[in-house]
Amino acid sequence: MVENGIGASVRRKEDNRFLIGKGNYTDDINVAGQSYACFVRSPHAHATINSIDTTAASASLGVIAVFTGDELAADGIGPLICGVTVTSDDGEPHRAPLHPALAQGKVNYVGDHVAVVIAETYAQARDAAEKVDVDYGLLAAVTDTGSAADEGQPQIHEVAPNNMCFNWPFGDKDAVETAFAAAHKISRLELVNNRMVTNPMEPRAALGDYNEGTEEITLYLTTQNPHVHRLVLSAFNQLAPEHKLRIVGPDVGGGFGAKIFVYAEELVVGWACRKVKRPVKWTSDRTEAFLSDAHGRDHVATAEMALDENGKFLAMRVMTQANLGAYLSTFSTMVPSYLYAFLLAGQYTTPLIYSEVKAVFTNTAPVDACRGAGRPEATYLLERLVDVAAADMGLDPGEIRRRNFIPLDAFPYQTPVVQCYDSGDYETALDKALLLANYAGFSARAAEAKGRGKLRGIGLSSYVEACGIAPSAAVGQLGAGVGLWESAQVRFNPTGNVQVFTGTHSHGQGHETTFAQLVTEQLGVPFENIEVIHGDTAKTQFGMGTYGSRSLAVGGVAIAKACEKLIAKGKKIAAHALEAAEGDIEFGNGNFSVAGTDKAMNIAEVAFNAYVPHSYPEGLEPGFDENAFFDPLNFSFPAGTHVCEVEVDPETGVVEIVKYSAVDDFGKLVNPMIVEGQVHGGVVHGIGQALLEGCRYDSEGQLITASYMDYAMPRADNVPSFDVDYAPTNPPHNPLGVKGCGEAGAIAAPPAVINAIVNALGVKHIDMPATPENVWRAAQAAA
Amino acid sequence: MYEFSYHKVASVADAVAAMSAADDGKYVAGGQTMLPTMKHRLASPSDIIDLGGIAELSGITVAGDTLTIGAMTTHAAVAASAEVQAMIPSLAQLAGNIGDPAVRNRGTIGGSIANNDPAADYPAAVIALGATVHTNKREIAADDFFTGMFETALAEDEIITSIDFPKPLAAAYMKFENPASRYAIVGVCVAKTASEVRVGVTGATTCAHRGQRLEAVLNSDFSSAACDAVEIPLERMNSDIHASAEYRAHLVKVMAKRAVDACA
Amino acid sequence: MPTVTMNVNGNSVSAEVESRTLLVQFLRESLRLTGTHIGCDTSQCGACVVHVDGKSIKSCTMLAVMADGCDVATIEGLASEGKMHSMQQAFMDNHGLQCGFCTPGMVMSALDIVKRNGHKLDEATVRKELEGNICRCTGYHNIVKSIQAGAKAMGD
Repeated sequence: MVENGIGASVRRKEDNRFLIGKGNYTDDINVAGQSYACFVRSPHAHATINSIDTTAASASLGVIAVFTGDELAADGIGPLICGVTVTSDDGEPHRAPLHPALAQGKVNYVGDHVAVVIAETYAQARDAAEKVDVDYGLLAAVTDTGSAADEGQPQIHEVAPNNMCFNWPFGDKDAVETAFAAAHKISRLELVNNRMVTNPMEPRAALGDYNEGTEEITLYLTTQNPHVHRLVLSAFNQLAPEHKLRIVGPDVGGGFGAKIFVYAEELVVGWACRKVKRPVKWTSDRTEAFLSDAHGRDHVATAEMALDENGKFLAMRVMTQANLGAYLSTFSTMVPSYLYAFLLAGQYTTPLIYSEVKAVFTNTAPVDACRGAGRPEATYLLERLVDVAAADMGLDPGEIRRRNFIPLDAFPYQTPVVQCYDSGDYETALDKALLLANYAGFSARAAEAKGRGKLRGIGLSSYVEACGIAPSAAVGQLGAGVGLWESAQVRFNPTGNVQVFTGTHSHGQGHETTFAQLVTEQLGVPFENIEVIHGDTAKTQFGMGTYGSRSLAVGGVAIAKACEKLIAKGKKIAAHALEAAEGDIEFGNGNFSVAGTDKAMNIAEVAFNAYVPHSYPEGLEPGFDENAFFDPLNFSFPAGTHVCEVEVDPETGVVEIVKYSAVDDFGKLVNPMIVEGQVHGGVVHGIGQALLEGCRYDSEGQLITASYMDYAMPRADNVPSFDVDYAPTNPPHNPLGVKGCGEAGAIAAPPAVINAIVNALGVKHIDMPATPENVWRAAQAAA
Repeated sequence: MYEFSYHKVASVADAVAAMSAADDGKYVAGGQTMLPTMKHRLASPSDIIDLGGIAELSGITVAGDTLTIGAMTTHAAVAASAEVQAMIPSLAQLAGNIGDPAVRNRGTIGGSIANNDPAADYPAAVIALGATVHTNKREIAADDFFTGMFETALAEDEIITSIDFPKPLAAAYMKFENPASRYAIVGVCVAKTASEVRVGVTGATTCAHRGQRLEAVLNSDFSSAACDAVEIPLERMNSDIHASAEYRAHLVKVMAKRAVDACA
Repeated sequence: MPTVTMNVNGNSVSAEVESRTLLVQFLRESLRLTGTHIGCDTSQCGACVVHVDGKSIKSCTMLAVMADGCDVATIEGLASEGKMHSMQQAFMDNHGLQCGFCTPGMVMSALDIVKRNGHKLDEATVRKELEGNICRCTGYHNIVKSIQAGAKAMGD
């Protein structure tokens, strides 16, 4: 193995600056002369704006400017857009209401943006924001997902009658019905996928700096995808032409989806810094984050499985209602549609699947991708339904899965829901997970727990997900407005060290380390001589950013391709220097050598020759610096089985996770230490959803979980340590043999946890979050 | 937060003087509740009078069977105190489970009981242990101190100076935590003295109070099984997204039983 | 405006502040010590933990004027002569951080945990002691390992 190359658990390059307090997050950046923005937000879920009086605010101490939607509209800025089209059952595109960055006569959720105050200090801006006098005409609100489209509900947008955004059927309805009619058994489950607030620990922030001389806006943002921000802000929001807009996503303190999207505050800050000719900074506080970050999940669904007498799945039918909130966030329409229904086959051979997704508007914050995005919702529904089916059939949950797994020899496997899985070995992962979890010893442990008055349960979750987003042609056909390739530039400096520019963005994933490992493996340059650069549209050539577990599977391959180009060029340069034929030059361990001789030169020397081309191949461009783009041919399909074991205190309903085992197929691991960390974090995100996290609005549309006092985040004492192992397969579509790992835990964990609780209690189902009271009630009912 | 005038005072007399000179002054102890409230602009005092620097209000002493804790003594100091651990170990445990370590280094016993948050821990112990609250003006029996949600018997300018806890034969505090805030959804403190059993309940209702129904059965039969017979009235129970009235009433009983068992 | 003077990481500093200035704002904005972070506004998340007179506190829940005359230690003061503190090194060695945002608070809390609980820390103790520090990235597994390892290294 190459030192610090692929497969080595190398310590992270980025850690030093984070550990000594020298991270550089957006709010850490200060520009001379900066002013501060505070947004006036709607306290009402649904209201008309009769008037806005900014007189008192404008006169308040330190105030530079107060802006409303009128000024923004007058400058032709906005509105915010949704970039993916879903075609509704009437053949029309989804209903897309106007989404102004500052309200135009109406507010549609608590936290909606009404005005912005710019002042010398943040405290002054906030003092003045309270003085903006808004006359609201209150309207009745609709917040409940399941009933939002019912007759007689308050109507939010004129363009969306009955609050319907789209109704998207998929699959052969008649064939499914026929299969159901002939089934031996039909298992049925109604379930809720609870709304989450994504909660990266760093709140969102934006700092806009306009240069009058160059007419360029530099916008520092908490973003997962600087170039996507630039594209949308330029092409759709008219902030500035792409070449006059620089987006910097410096160190970003976690994203999990919430920092993909283009938000009102970002657009307004970018516009306002030019308007007031002063740098403008806005930093969200946690309350604002709860109110205005895009939320995640929020489905109610009915799922049915038709089975034959052997427990084989014949057909599945899923009816889903998904809450998109008050407006369409940047990628919101894609989440409950393509990222959801196309995963409903799971690991199984179910030949027929019919799904209907009704997406609705409510007077709540916009809902968009949150770690896993659609795939956790699909997996939770399927893996719960499988357990219900196991119970209905009197089969062990492991056994019913085994009977229905796509067998190893069936890959590549075309599911009935678009996706074609390229590799997987589900039974091996299950076997390994059952061993790791000591599944066989469970009944003895349950008996022992019973002696202590505790109910012990065990639950499985066999998931598959689609990530490595995504083949551009495929997403284009589906209605995406962008291509989802990735780009890389690998540049040797004349002195032999290497700068790697990637269009992905690292906000915890450790790209600076993992990508350097790729390059050291491929080019033989010492790890410490490689620097990975990302997050600045003025530095990196292009890119689509980081989400959907795509960075290594797509961005990593782009880097590898750039390295291949360097090797090809290096062979020409080395051949010239070594006075050999290009075809005789071999490359390995950082050296170009003439086959069958001891003549060789290091790649650093080749780089030097390329920049000091005194004796150089005729006609060859100088320089040692290559670009590459990679557009994947397929998604990547991580899969695995997670096993959760819980103990329930029936007296209080408290659930303790006593053991959690994860066996995943992520293909080849570049840095196992980092991958394992991603598993831990993902699993705890999933445990959070299963046990703790429930975002709640009241019927008036007030967010009642608007702080960590009411929204329960998983803490260290809520979770155990984890047993993690792997059952890798080689994905033929991916040149590096890698799959994504960042979302798997959040996808796999919720059904594993709930299946364990259901097993402990002996009930059919319990909704998430399985809070102590909910569990206590279920235990009471079961007793 | 809104701007205010800040006064760091070195004595109780100075504090009272500063308060009387202020338009709308507020005493602050460790500030662990006051400052978040002000940050959310839910309070706008004209003056903040910081009691944290008053040396005479801090410290733990023992005289006979009485444990005296100065009002500005932090939760961390109470939790770590050998005197408290020896006299009333459950009080040290209670203090050691308020908030988190960093909060415990700032939050004080005087601040906690003066604030009287309906989900705070200390009030349950003050009540169950039959403590006496000393102020700059008088002494107040625990039973008279907590008067309603965020309300106490304290006058506007009155400052708690210390709290006396008589040593019980046995005492235990059991807390069922809110999974988000870690405050008490229900906390029950049971204390047994030579003459009686006292029960303090927090979190369950708008204000910490004596659990008189539990006391009645425990005075005749000090066993967790005895609690089973007690009917906890639902109508006064708090109900919110974390726990319904019915669940809270159930938890009062469960926590009481566990506290009784822990006294054994 | 009041003037505050305190000793931060061994340096005496003095500045005029509004009374309402939080200690964390003073550190971040007046002193540009941006290693201490703000992750919430309810004293829950612990991204702002620093030490005041040797004790861990949440600097978002203390006024700068309250720290007048105090010794304040922040994440920036831990490494000496370019060498990380054993606890910082343990976080690096055990992959105890991902995005790095909660990390300064975690490390400052970890040092406080060691101070009060010694160098042999069991997992349950560390998990309980971390009640006031929230991390969204790591799932805590490697933070717990880091703190145990760092505690041990500090005792060696």
